Amino acid sequence: MTRSVLQFQRRGRTVRIGEFLPRTTLLDWLRLQERSTGTKEGCAEGDCGACAVVVVRERDGRLVYEPVNSCITLLGQIDGAELITVEDLADDGVLHPVQEAMARDHGSQCGFCTPGIVMSLFAHYHECNGATSRDKINDALAGNLCRCTGYRPIVDAALEVCRGADDQFTRNAAARRRAIAALDDKADLFVGDERAFFAAPASEQSLAQLYARHPDATVIAGGTDVGLWITKKLTPIEKIIHVGRVAELAGIENTAEGFAFGAVVSLARAAPVLGSIDPDIAEVLRRFGSIQVRVAGTVGGNIANGSPIGDLAPMLIALGASVELRHGEKIRRLPLENFFLDYGKQDRGRGEFVRRLLVPKLPPATRFRAYKITKRFDEDISAVLAALRVTVDGGRIADARVAFGGMAGIPKRAKTVEDRLRGLSLTDTGRWNAAAIAVAEDFTPLSDLRASAAYRSRVAGNLIIKAIAEIAGADPGVTRLSDRRTVADAAE
Amino acid sequence: MPPSDALSEAPLRHVYQPLPHDSGAKHVQGAAEYIDDIPEPNGTLHVAIGGAPVARGVIRRIDLSDVQSAPDVVAVITAAHIPGKNDISPANADEPVFAYERIDFHSQPVFAVIAKTRDAARRAALRGKIEVVVETANVSVEQGRASGERVLPDYAFIHGDYAKTIAAAPHRCTGTLHIGGQEHFYLEGQVALAVPGEDGAVLVYSSTQHPSEVQHVVARVMALPDSFVTCRVRRMGGGFGGKETQATQWAVIAALAARATGRPCKIRLDRDADMAMTGKRHDFAVAYSVGYDANGRIRAADLDLDARCGCSADLSIGVVDRAMFHADNAYYLPDYCIHTERVKTNTVSNTAFRGFGGPQGMLAIERVIDTIAWNLKLDPLDVRKANLYGPGRDVTPYGQTVEDHDVAPRLIEELERTSNYRLRRKQIAEFNARSRILKKGIALTPVKFGISFTLTHLNQAGALVHVYQDGSVHLNHGGTEMGQGLFQKVAQIAAEEFGIGLERVHITATSTDKVPNTSATAASSGTDLNGMAVQIAAREIKARLSKFASGAWNVPEDLISFRDDRVFIGNESVAFGELTKKAYEGRIHLSAAGYYKTPKLHWDRDKGKGRPFYYYAYGAACSEVLLDILTGEMSVRRVDILHDVGRSINPALDIGQIEGAFVQGMGWLTTEELVYDDKGRLLTHAPSTYKIPVASDVPPDFRVALFDGSNREESIYRSKAVGEPPLMLAISVFAAVADAIYSLNPGRPVALDAPATPEAILKAIGPVDAVAALAPR
Repeated sequence: MTRSVLQFQRRGRTVRIGEFLPRTTLLDWLRLQERSTGTKEGCAEGDCGACAVVVVRERDGRLVYEPVNSCITLLGQIDGAELITVEDLADDGVLHPVQEAMARDHGSQCGFCTPGIVMSLFAHYHECNGATSRDKINDALAGNLCRCTGYRPIVDAALEVCRGADDQFTRNAAARRRAIAALDDKADLFVGDERAFFAAPASEQSLAQLYARHPDATVIAGGTDVGLWITKKLTPIEKIIHVGRVAELAGIENTAEGFAFGAVVSLARAAPVLGSIDPDIAEVLRRFGSIQVRVAGTVGGNIANGSPIGDLAPMLIALGASVELRHGEKIRRLPLENFFLDYGKQDRGRGEFVRRLLVPKLPPATRFRAYKITKRFDEDISAVLAALRVTVDGGRIADARVAFGGMAGIPKRAKTVEDRLRGLSLTDTGRWNAAAIAVAEDFTPLSDLRASAAYRSRVAGNLIIKAIAEIAGADPGVTRLSDRRTVADAAE
Repeated sequence: MPPSDALSEAPLRHVYQPLPHDSGAKHVQGAAEYIDDIPEPNGTLHVAIGGAPVARGVIRRIDLSDVQSAPDVVAVITAAHIPGKNDISPANADEPVFAYERIDFHSQPVFAVIAKTRDAARRAALRGKIEVVVETANVSVEQGRASGERVLPDYAFIHGDYAKTIAAAPHRCTGTLHIGGQEHFYLEGQVALAVPGEDGAVLVYSSTQHPSEVQHVVARVMALPDSFVTCRVRRMGGGFGGKETQATQWAVIAALAARATGRPCKIRLDRDADMAMTGKRHDFAVAYSVGYDANGRIRAADLDLDARCGCSADLSIGVVDRAMFHADNAYYLPDYCIHTERVKTNTVSNTAFRGFGGPQGMLAIERVIDTIAWNLKLDPLDVRKANLYGPGRDVTPYGQTVEDHDVAPRLIEELERTSNYRLRRKQIAEFNARSRILKKGIALTPVKFGISFTLTHLNQAGALVHVYQDGSVHLNHGGTEMGQGLFQKVAQIAAEEFGIGLERVHITATSTDKVPNTSATAASSGTDLNGMAVQIAAREIKARLSKFASGAWNVPEDLISFRDDRVFIGNESVAFGELTKKAYEGRIHLSAAGYYKTPKLHWDRDKGKGRPFYYYAYGAACSEVLLDILTGEMSVRRVDILHDVGRSINPALDIGQIEGAFVQGMGWLTTEELVYDDKGRLLTHAPSTYKIPVASDVPPDFRVALFDGSNREESIYRSKAVGEPPLMLAISVFAAVADAIYSLNPGRPVALDAPATPEAILKAIGPVDAVAALAPR
């Protein structure tokens, strides 16, 4: 079954669009077509949040409010959802509680970032279950830049108001849920023609067939990377296959040996599951992009785009994950580290797509550590990401898997470091440095705008020593600026 | 002491109240209109810019045939299409609209393409072919300095035989400091919409802090009389100095496009173009040599401040002068040489940015103070205090006497007490003694900032106030709203003067056809100047109303007062709107143009002496940081601020300015790093690569208070300017980072450059034995 009309809920009615340029962004549709100019463009790359809108979907039996960057979300991606923008919050002229608190607490100055901030807080208002905190609000706002206020009044406003959702949206929730459910027709979406189209297949079989027929199409999941090809590089993309609606790729399986993530599981959904493996993973994922990026970006996309600086790959390589790919009817599996061949080059054939990621849990007696080093703590791409999985036996490191991001053209294992770690006694501090300086044998990093080669090498070595020390018993409270590890341990 | 009239004032209804921003409710609903939100006039076309592919060279050929033939393209314009002068510079005639013979920086505009949609224009712009005979570009301050190229002559303040005094001093130190630039990162990028009118006239909507300059430069480039050009702006989505001169070029290009096509034309730069094509805060290379006594008191200072000005002068004369004006900060320098070089580089022309050079000069002297303290093993706060202006030590390097030298010591003492500085310094020393990887630092630094444009003639402003028959007020003045709350403060002043509710005051867009010949909204002067002009206009109308009422009611004028939406006339009272109706019928003119110029100012730049500033605004901040010596990561843990805004017209808005400026300054000195490659290309041209503070960077413990003071000068309601001064409070963060680094090797000066990124911190820390730091003891 194929549908040739895009449909979504907006302002209490169903919007149906049968014709649009496949690469149309949601922001351009809002501002240029619908003429709703409350939503602003600040950067067109998903980093400032001025364009944030809220997309509502039904998941696990409830309505989920997710803030997305409309500048890099494609119009077609909101098929089946409800779209809420800043103009929609006030109820018959009465400000929404979030708006009221923001205005009362002097949360706006120039006002240009404000619509996006209001929408991010609106999502948080609905998603925090009335239990917010300064840290949670900081996380909710990590993708929203404000250049005027210094954020203090914004965070104060959020602290006051995020105490349980009660607004026109909760009051109309049942009807809205029915309307959203009514759009879920399980049909493949295909708008356009064979030359130029936006397609969103609903099943893996449809996806496999469509992509095999159009191996030149651009596959998008969250669009947090491809969106920039469109807005920044002006890449003339004509054929787009959006995989976000493929039900079989959206699952998370928990088996004895590990977790299996469908490729289109969002980073936001994967975060608590991956974070359950180790608190360091949770902390890296907390700092991964922003909430807007994590609700859109997917585990499959973060792997498939082959970025040398994606944070997921080094952690998953250290964990010993593998990736499953599919082309037509053919499915194959390979260790994740073998998927990355060279800068910008992955072991993925034309028309082949990432299907699943298989992530083993930590075996007994293994420890995990990950460190994300950035100029700015939140919403920043890593200069260096270090990930280690170490098996300890009788005070000695029996085995080690160490991977880095930012140190080479691809996420890569540090084999020499691993060799030097194997057999190392945790108390033999005289040999710790030998493992650390092996970084220089494994990597010749580049100097770029994030850091110099010298800095990267020095920090990478220091992080190896820090990991050994922590595994040997050093308290992360004295080894780290922000110790969320001890906090997580204490919570367990 | 506060002047007596401030003490005897009756409570005011609007002024001194923490009222919300006039547009707050609109901001939160997305209902505040920015230029890109204005419904486009029928037939509006869109403009995109083609920029230079290299940073320096001679243009050999420009081939735009593929641009012209691209889909939906209507016209292409270059320097050849300019009817008037190809010059957008504010003063020096050294910066073209479009490059035509030479390329002076990477991405310099060469042509503009006008198309039916913005998307079509952007795509077409990529198809231009610009052939350049490439020359070696000077990118860094050092390269530019070595080449000998300058945008303006060197300039210095010199007093006494400073070199001899330094040589003869009991102690001496020298050092260098590199200070990075800063991108404004206003959330609303540069944008303009030009609508052609009759007789060649043009109306330009421009997101500018300086509508008059846009008007004049559009007229200059279009060969029109100024009076044929109108520039209008209701609000900007942030400015910070980045729209003082930098908005002009885009307004000019929109106007040229409108002329070329006869249709309305809009230009909105995308973020990457905006960052590559518009100027930033000046980077500085600082070298110093100082002589001082055993208490750390400076006897003479030799400061060399070399600025990366970029490819043209722009506002560098004022910016670098202001670095000199603040190279003393709050400290008395008996003998000095404050020498500056305005270095030309093949980078975008640097420009105004909140503080306008002041922050760089101040950072330099604060580093000097820290170095003295490190060398003498004294608490840096004690060295700061030892050097403050005081009785008999009250003349600045530019000849102005600091008449209120008591303010800084009082303010510092109070903050020292409320921030618990001494105890915390002790606790931090104890922490650092036992913590091997994490180190804390603390610093308390003052700010003294001179208020007034240093180009004296700019210190003037106009306002236009109409009172309608129903008693409602149309408010207009030369200031622009960029988020700072100027319009709200001025509306409070207008409502206060007429004694009416704010809902009766209609705030209107800044427009050059209402108030002409205005100065930029800059130098923190918006409220000081425009608030006064509005007060003067309102008082003029009030005087006419009083005179009318006095005659009509036969009551002396001194028994007439305006308050609570009424006019009290002797024992009677009437609604304000009733009086205005009667006054109209009595043929009273209910409109006035107010005009204000700041008194007492004089400045002789050739002599380097005078009184460039009407008064000083003061503040101080105490910051505590925590850093990781193995990664260079740093976190600001607590900040206490005490800031002097005189008598605050609106404490809520003023605190907003203080907090916002502090965080912006913190970004400048920590995470915000502009990186150019050796070809002169800016690599950090979007928020993915250029990192301004986010919510979690704000210290979890952030205490901001207003200093209980007044303004010794007759400023509007005895308030003080607040836009820029608090940015420099963030120097305390930088000094606290240096303090933490210092704890690793006491007695050894810290060579930390700005911004203090993790990499810069690690570099300043130098070699660390990570194993020794981490191994169990």
